[in-house]
Amino acid sequence: MSSIELYALLPLICLAGSPVVVLTAIAISRDHRVATIVTLIGLGASLAALCLVSPLVPVQITPLVVMDGYTLFFVGLILAATAAVALLSYEYLARRGSHHEEYYALLLFAALGACVVVASNHFASFFVGLETLGVSLYALIAYLRATPRGIEAGIKYLILAATADAILLFGMALIYAKSGSLEFSETAATLAGDYSGVQVAGLALLVSGIGFKLSLVPFHMWTPDVYEGAPAPITGFIATVSKGAVFALLLRYFSEAPAQDFSSVAFCFAVIALASMLAGNLLALLQDNVKRMLAYSSIAHLGYLLVAFLAERELAVTAVAYYLVAYFLSILGAFGVVGMLSGGEEEADRIEDYQGLIWRRPWLGASLVIMLLSLAGIPLTAGFVGKFYVLAAGVDSSLWLLVLVLIGTSVIGLFYYLRLIAAMFKSLETPREELRARPAGYAAAAIVLGVLTVLVIWFGIYPSPLIELIQRSAALAAF
Amino acid sequence: MILVWMIALPLLVGIVAWIAARKSDGLSRWIALAGLLVEFAIVLRLWVDHPIRMLTPGHSSWLVELKLAWIPQLGISFHLALDGLSLLLVALAVFLAIACVLCSWTEIQERVGFFHFILLATLAGIIGIFLAMDLILFFVFWEAMLVPMYVMIAIWGHENKYYAALKFFLFTQAGGLLMLAAILGLYFVHGKATGTYTFDYEQLMAASIPARTAMWLMLGFFAAFAVKLPAVPFHTWLPDAHTEAPTAGSVILAGLLLKTGGYGLIRFLWPLFPGATAAFAPVAMTLGVIGIFYGALLAFAQTDLKRLVAYSSISHMGFVLLGVFAWNELAMQGAVVQMLCHGVSTGALFIIVGQLHERIHTRQLPRMRGFWETAPRMGAIALFFALASLGLPGLGNFVGEFLVLFGAYAAAPGMAIAAAIGIIFATVYSLWLMYRAFFGPRNDVVQFADLDLRESILLAAMIAVIVWVGLFPQRALDTAGPTLRALEPHAVRSTGATAEHPGLAEVSPPDWMGMVKFPGQDRAR
Repeated sequence: MSSIELYALLPLICLAGSPVVVLTAIAISRDHRVATIVTLIGLGASLAALCLVSPLVPVQITPLVVMDGYTLFFVGLILAATAAVALLSYEYLARRGSHHEEYYALLLFAALGACVVVASNHFASFFVGLETLGVSLYALIAYLRATPRGIEAGIKYLILAATADAILLFGMALIYAKSGSLEFSETAATLAGDYSGVQVAGLALLVSGIGFKLSLVPFHMWTPDVYEGAPAPITGFIATVSKGAVFALLLRYFSEAPAQDFSSVAFCFAVIALASMLAGNLLALLQDNVKRMLAYSSIAHLGYLLVAFLAERELAVTAVAYYLVAYFLSILGAFGVVGMLSGGEEEADRIEDYQGLIWRRPWLGASLVIMLLSLAGIPLTAGFVGKFYVLAAGVDSSLWLLVLVLIGTSVIGLFYYLRLIAAMFKSLETPREELRARPAGYAAAAIVLGVLTVLVIWFGIYPSPLIELIQRSAALAAF
Repeated sequence: MILVWMIALPLLVGIVAWIAARKSDGLSRWIALAGLLVEFAIVLRLWVDHPIRMLTPGHSSWLVELKLAWIPQLGISFHLALDGLSLLLVALAVFLAIACVLCSWTEIQERVGFFHFILLATLAGIIGIFLAMDLILFFVFWEAMLVPMYVMIAIWGHENKYYAALKFFLFTQAGGLLMLAAILGLYFVHGKATGTYTFDYEQLMAASIPARTAMWLMLGFFAAFAVKLPAVPFHTWLPDAHTEAPTAGSVILAGLLLKTGGYGLIRFLWPLFPGATAAFAPVAMTLGVIGIFYGALLAFAQTDLKRLVAYSSISHMGFVLLGVFAWNELAMQGAVVQMLCHGVSTGALFIIVGQLHERIHTRQLPRMRGFWETAPRMGAIALFFALASLGLPGLGNFVGEFLVLFGAYAAAPGMAIAAAIGIIFATVYSLWLMYRAFFGPRNDVVQFADLDLRESILLAAMIAVIVWVGLFPQRALDTAGPTLRALEPHAVRSTGATAEHPGLAEVSPPDWMGMVKFPGQDRAR
């Protein structure tokens, strides 16, 4: 490994080093605040390293990892999202239980895993990254181990994710058996035009494994339970970082062998996209629990993303990247509000908890309204530009059925977002008891929410700079 | 920049009014009113400043234009432009917004500042719709305006407000997204044919689209506009939304939101897809005629006064649909005048219903009787607007309906005859309304105060507009004329293209133009 390669790896090295520092700090003295600050410094250092490295790219580091514009863009997104989650968690954890410090080490490990997934172009590094992410998530989901729902969610995720990983691994093995290589580009080269049983089985298993991580229908069963049981900031983390990283990988993998050329894979993804959009939105209608509703809505959102994924490459990458940014911002914001509303014991996840929110806590309420409108894709929010891009990609590639289903299900989706918004506008008959003292870290969480809200609106009104950034950096031109 | 200010001013005033409500509700109302009067002055000044260019045919019909890059990567520009048609509708919008502030003066007592912000934000969105000349910008305004409208119904509405607000939002959103898909289709078809990817209205007007594609794209646009207008199978949101909305909400809905549908048909449907629209015209005109009858029949069957007026809107908008799809200058002029006058007269009827509701806390017709004695001024004004709504000659609505029928007769005589019969139905429900609520022996059970000064001034201004348009329609016709004439070549092209639809191909607008002369027509041409 040359020094240039080592240097190019700097963002990941910084990120890998920071949990060690956090753990060392815990050994010296247990302090929630110190742990958070060290975490943020680690994330900041790695973001700074990202800027330092950016002139060098693309660099292939060993056969395992590639640092190109695409990687840097998604690593940056993951780091920023993790920082937001860390700040939201500080406020959330400060009101609950004890021993919060290891949480941050786990969070950093998870982020590292996600970054490795994004940077990998080799099955080995992909799997290592995925496992780092997954194992950290098992612990994070069940972190509040005093709550039965947390434990339940953690075990559920553990068992199902382990199964999915095994399936994924088997798929990789089959593809390896056929192509004799674990490098994406090598396996992709042998993919084209090969319809042998082993090959198809390998791909099918691969798609199932990835489908599980992205909670696409029919691999979505775990989603609502895990979303409901996990601490709200971690739910946000799963919905954004974990899924975003895997989706970025999916896009990279199939950039080598475009899915629409490989028609059976494309057909398979089209069916999954249809099922995800329909099932996600229809099942979300039935939910009375806000976290479960958002879980189903995230299934639908991944379905929308698949529509862009199936479109022609050029527009697809921009569309996916933009949509993911918008989705990250809105989902993190939404779960941020859920977290801030949650009391010491219970999560604020019933619709009644949101009744009259806009009058009780106007800023928080307004922020949630904007996030929900963004998720629904209403103009002047980032979500609209994202949806616009996805639709444009779909129309450009003449995926009419998918586009029409996307439109139809978006309208269904609007129904449950508006239900929550309507509840927030309802006046309360009996004034409810309000949160008394502002807990520690309230200001930090509020600032994070404010920034997310401003960004959602900013990228909705003036998306041009972000599009430019995406087109400059995220294009998969290196291939 | 004046165009940006026209959109930004209501928004800014809205924010100021919102903040001012912390001091006092009255202050908030006055600020909103003053801001709107300034806005109205700006619009009127534009009207006065540009009379000559409006009368010069052949000249570019934009009076003011502004084009800035917005999202250059996708060919989306911030393109605003004002022509005669937009000017008339913007003037209507601001006028009705003033009416909304005045009619809510005592009705809205809760969250007054927020109410004015929402009202003015809706207005800003509607003005944006009338000014946007980039399809995506248009769509953004089209959708963005739904949110404040939703909030207005959901917060200040009546009993069933959440249901009504939701239904309204879902219907318009469904239509809107179909339109978005059609916009994107148009963008790519045009882009692939010419190499320039753009959403600019003027450039897309020149697009040549394969007939089959054009039909699908046109239907996408039509879905959005037909829901807003509303045309009959897509109308079911309207009675609920109108009935449950607060008075100001009903005025905005009836007066302005429905007009965005008609405006869209005129501005986008024909110019962008002349051939497909012409082929579709018989269907659309049939829907229009069905709407005229259906709306009138259902209006007659209502016991809720507000629902009655709401259904009458469907009937009136049927004329707009008929006029637009007849696509000759006469019918289009009629459709525009009909939109203006329907906005004012139906707005006024909603205001009167609102005033009644404020006084007697019911909208049920069976519980009303003989209010003329109790409130003669209100009765007289209600009679005036009922007559306007049934199309009494000398009042503005008559001009609109008359021109639509004239133009439609040229295009499709059968439709015009049927629509003319529909006017009789309008007479029935309008007079029925008066008969049930105001006539009859003096009502001693329910007593309430007659209109006060604020209410009288407001309604008097609305009467003045209707009378003015009724007696001197030429000014309005001249203003919209150049735009409509500029769009007409598309129609000529289309009628030639659809020889298989003889009903349309027989249209030869110039003959009718020659036969029907309004005072000043020569000057205008």
